[in-house]
Amino acid sequence: MLIEVDGLEKVYTTRQGARVEALSRVSFNVREGEFITVVGPSGCGKSTMLKVLAGTLARSGGHVRLAGSPIEGPTPEVGVVFQAPILLPWRTVMSNVLLPAELQRRDMRRHRHSAEGLLRMVGLDGFATKYPRELSGGMQQRVGIVRALVNDPAVLLMDEPFGALDAMTREQMNLDLLRIWQESRKTVLLVTHSIPEAVFLADRIIVMSPRPGRITDIITVDIPRPRRLEMINSPEFGAYVQRIRGHFGASGSFDA
Amino acid sequence: MSGRRFAAPWALLGFLLLLALWEAGVRLSGVSPLILPAPSAVWFALLDGFRSGQFLTHGWVTLSEVLGGFVLGGGGGLLLGCLIGRFPLLERVIYPSIVAFQTVPKVAIAPIVVIWFGFGLASKVAMAAMIAFFPVIANTLVGLRVTPAEQIEMMVAFAGSRGQIFWKLRMRNALPYIFAGLDIAIVLAVIGAIVGEFVGAQGGLGYLILQRNFTMDMAGMFAILVVLAAIGMILHGLTRWVQRKVIFWIDDEQDRVVGA
Ligand SMILES: Nc1ncnc2c1ncn2[C@@H]1O[C@H](COP(=O)(O)OP(=O)(O)OP(=O)(O)O)[C@@H](O)[C@H]1O
Ligand SMILES: [Mg+2]
Repeated sequence: MLIEVDGLEKVYTTRQGARVEALSRVSFNVREGEFITVVGPSGCGKSTMLKVLAGTLARSGGHVRLAGSPIEGPTPEVGVVFQAPILLPWRTVMSNVLLPAELQRRDMRRHRHSAEGLLRMVGLDGFATKYPRELSGGMQQRVGIVRALVNDPAVLLMDEPFGALDAMTREQMNLDLLRIWQESRKTVLLVTHSIPEAVFLADRIIVMSPRPGRITDIITVDIPRPRRLEMINSPEFGAYVQRIRGHFGASGSFDA
Repeated sequence: MSGRRFAAPWALLGFLLLLALWEAGVRLSGVSPLILPAPSAVWFALLDGFRSGQFLTHGWVTLSEVLGGFVLGGGGGLLLGCLIGRFPLLERVIYPSIVAFQTVPKVAIAPIVVIWFGFGLASKVAMAAMIAFFPVIANTLVGLRVTPAEQIEMMVAFAGSRGQIFWKLRMRNALPYIFAGLDIAIVLAVIGAIVGEFVGAQGGLGYLILQRNFTMDMAGMFAILVVLAAIGMILHGLTRWVQRKVIFWIDDEQDRVVGA
């Protein structure tokens, strides 16, 4: 197992001293190369879980291991893509992409070379010297993905990476992401609000309950790969979507 | 859309109109030139001042005081601001004293400063530096706090250290604030230098104002004010120019919201 999450608990303490139980006894494993998506109602602790895995947030209990060793802080083995691109406006695309390598004092020449390859892979060759403001939202998010990939991490954590994009761009990004995943053989954990997106991308879907976040279901998706957009209209795709919707009843705050 | 491009001619027109009114008022009312000189008299005093070389020698003295004070005070404010921003404990130790010092009117200290540093360049540089210091340190400290939490989280997620986050992130986000402070500081430095010269000096435009005050040379004094205003505007313009070069990623022109 590449990632082992065992009895993970997270309790926030607010400024007023109140305790907010965000995650309760969350356990699951992720195999190397697997594509996992996470769905659940707003505020159920999805971002919290991802932050713990990224090493930027301390857990309150339980165990979290990456390749056998406990996660105690950020590591180069994990790349993170955020909901907003969070690019630095004074840096060019290339310089933004190379930031993780720079922070970890890597060999910049070698990373520049691989960054060029990655930019080409996401269709951004020729944009290396542009500044973020000169890019569209979708292009910026792709830069964010390349930045997460530049250190060649084993794991890619993505927190609603396409939430801010329009439906058409989003579909294209889903296809791009699957291609990147297939070419680079990363292990991906992706949080999304969109149930169809969760089904379309996943090997397995983790379904979470409202706060305190628990895992209510883990669904294995047996739709063949490579996935194509037409598959969304197939009956078996619809069955998966129905099964997840069933967990949230009519009250779910989910995109179609 | 065209509001900005045509601003300069309109401002010039207004200014010329004001001068014409002033000139006419002085001539028609027959007010004594010892009270209010006509713009034409100021203009000739200005030409005189440059021709005789007085404005250049004294202007140079004042300019060196201003620049010296700006570099010392602004640089000091920037340095200390960065230090405090980087090591927050220092803020609690040092900053209250700095604020307390800032509440003392600098003009009131000027006589003491002249006693300490003499009638030469040093006391004026000290005055200018003292006045220029605070806006820079205050703005630096504010600027170092404005970095969005999400940017910091991003840097942490990619294993950035505290030092890296400070230099590569917080410092960058602070730059617009630092420049706003420097812009205020450079104009205040002119005031500091002139105040110092008023208290005791052997040269400089403030010193020249006092000299002309004794001889009741009103037009001559107005001419010096014009020179001082010009120096202030040029220094301000230079600061803004450097600012636009350094903070290139904020482009007011292109980001302007229509109708804003
Ligand atoms: N720093 C914090 N202090 C206190 N409570 C917090 C903090 N961060 C998150 N929470 C609470 O923890 C719960 C889980 O938050 P989290 O951001 O993980 O939810 P989420 O599943 O990502 O929601 P969304 O889908 O809206 O992004 C929420 O109820 C939130 O109010
Ligand atoms: Mg979230």
